[in-house]
Amino acid sequence: MGLAYAQAMVAKRRQLWLGSMVLGVCVLFSGHIAEISFSKFFDNIGAFTSYIGRISHLENGQWVVSDPIEWFWGWKKWLPLLGQTLLMAYVGTLLGALGAFTFCFFASKNVTASQGVVFVTRRLLEFLRTVPELVFALIFVVAFSLGPLPGILALAIHTTGALGKLFAEVVENADMKPVEGIIAAGGSWLHKVRFAVLPQVASNFASYALLRFEINVRGAAVLGFVGAGGIGQTLLEVIRKFYYADISALLVLIIGTVMVIDTVTEKIRHRLIGQSVAS
Amino acid sequence: MNKHEELRQRFSLKFQPFYYGHLRAIAIALVATALFFYGLLSLEMTFARIMGGIGELGRMVVLMLPPDPGTWTRTAIYLYAMLETLAIALLGTFTAAIVAFPLGFLAARNTTVNRVIQFFARRSFDTLRGVDILIWALIWINVVGLGPFAGVLALAMSDLGIFGKLFSEAIEAADERPVEGILSTGGSSVAVVRFGILPQLLPVLLSQVLYAFESNTRSASIIGIVGAGGIGSILSEQIRTVEFQQLSFVILLIWATVSLIDLGCARLRFAIIGARAL
Repeated sequence: MGLAYAQAMVAKRRQLWLGSMVLGVCVLFSGHIAEISFSKFFDNIGAFTSYIGRISHLENGQWVVSDPIEWFWGWKKWLPLLGQTLLMAYVGTLLGALGAFTFCFFASKNVTASQGVVFVTRRLLEFLRTVPELVFALIFVVAFSLGPLPGILALAIHTTGALGKLFAEVVENADMKPVEGIIAAGGSWLHKVRFAVLPQVASNFASYALLRFEINVRGAAVLGFVGAGGIGQTLLEVIRKFYYADISALLVLIIGTVMVIDTVTEKIRHRLIGQSVAS
Repeated sequence: MNKHEELRQRFSLKFQPFYYGHLRAIAIALVATALFFYGLLSLEMTFARIMGGIGELGRMVVLMLPPDPGTWTRTAIYLYAMLETLAIALLGTFTAAIVAFPLGFLAARNTTVNRVIQFFARRSFDTLRGVDILIWALIWINVVGLGPFAGVLALAMSDLGIFGKLFSEAIEAADERPVEGILSTGGSSVAVVRFGILPQLLPVLLSQVLYAFESNTRSASIIGIVGAGGIGSILSEQIRTVEFQQLSFVILLIWATVSLIDLGCARLRFAIIGARAL
């Protein structure tokens, strides 16, 4: 008994050491490849703090919060852009959710009989969510020209992949008894989906879609970096041109909006999930 | 007949042609659809533009086939850039995890030294998380210059916000009983953390770190677009120079790498926490 315990402990220790060594070697190797330089970091860390200092002061040297009107001088230009960003996230999420909704039933083993269809759909969804949305945006900007349209399509495509997987998991976890009931009553495939599966999964679908909307708002805010619309373009411009006070103003606007949206969607999501548990 | 009446009584709400819930659902759907079409209009998503774009996209896809890196030297460059991407992801995740570990205890209700510190730790994590990785990358480029080091720092900043939140939540969710056991035998607060909380915590944290590493591989492959190292710089360069065959090769390379990392992390996670869900 004692011996077995000691042996188990030794094996565990050895595993831990081996794991740490492998990690250590990887970290050192990565440090070499990523050109990590502590001297560069500590020499320039002052630049970081002074950067934070500069973005929190206005042109005239005053602390930004002392004069909010001067700080947010461009609000007439920025608020519509912020609205556009939100709208992009909304339309992109909705389109993506519709795509995911269409695909998810074909990616679930319990409602689609053909293994081949399930396999192909899953690989497709995987590809859509593995390739970062900014990569899609880069390509779409060339095909659809600059503006919010390529951004929305990039968001929609990535959302289809991400939500498709989550939706399919929800469908696979659905209770199969109603499905059997529909089959017994002679229902078609569509009847199965509409009357047996959908009522069980709808609230979960909505909850995941809202979560994705949150993520897409963040995503839409930087799509402008590659020319795909929204507030990102302006943000990139002020960062590149060193309009320090504008940087902090835009960041505050974006972070504030994201936080408000997070709180609101979280409340709605709790209600949705609560409903599904109650019913 | 009798049964029908019984059902009608039990689910009286469902038998009304329109009830409050129905009306509300219809109203929500109407507003959502209206907003959607308003979005289509105001964002210039016209049918003609979409169709034209899809045609253009089709031509691009034809130009992308077959994926071809060109010469062997180019292949080596792409593979090295991919390796750099992985290095950025690993170091960013690692640094953030190391820094977030002690800070997580400060931000957790049951282990913090002071409520005020806990509050400020939480809010700082929120702020770090709220700024996108690409924005962090732009800021760090100003500090340490272009290159992968800025990418590592950007990933570390944004992950610090995520880990800080997740770690502190995991600490708060830890079982109280081992802690009480150690307190009752006269253990110090260090002993409480080491023997009461840490053994419960480590598998959860490791699994969260692995998740973050997966998503960081994705992020690290795009931060190059703003100049923070990795394969993203090659992506944007190829689009600018219209090298579509090489572009599709690089996209496939990113896809394959991210898939491999996902698979590897899933296995490791399984080995660490078993079948237990996160």
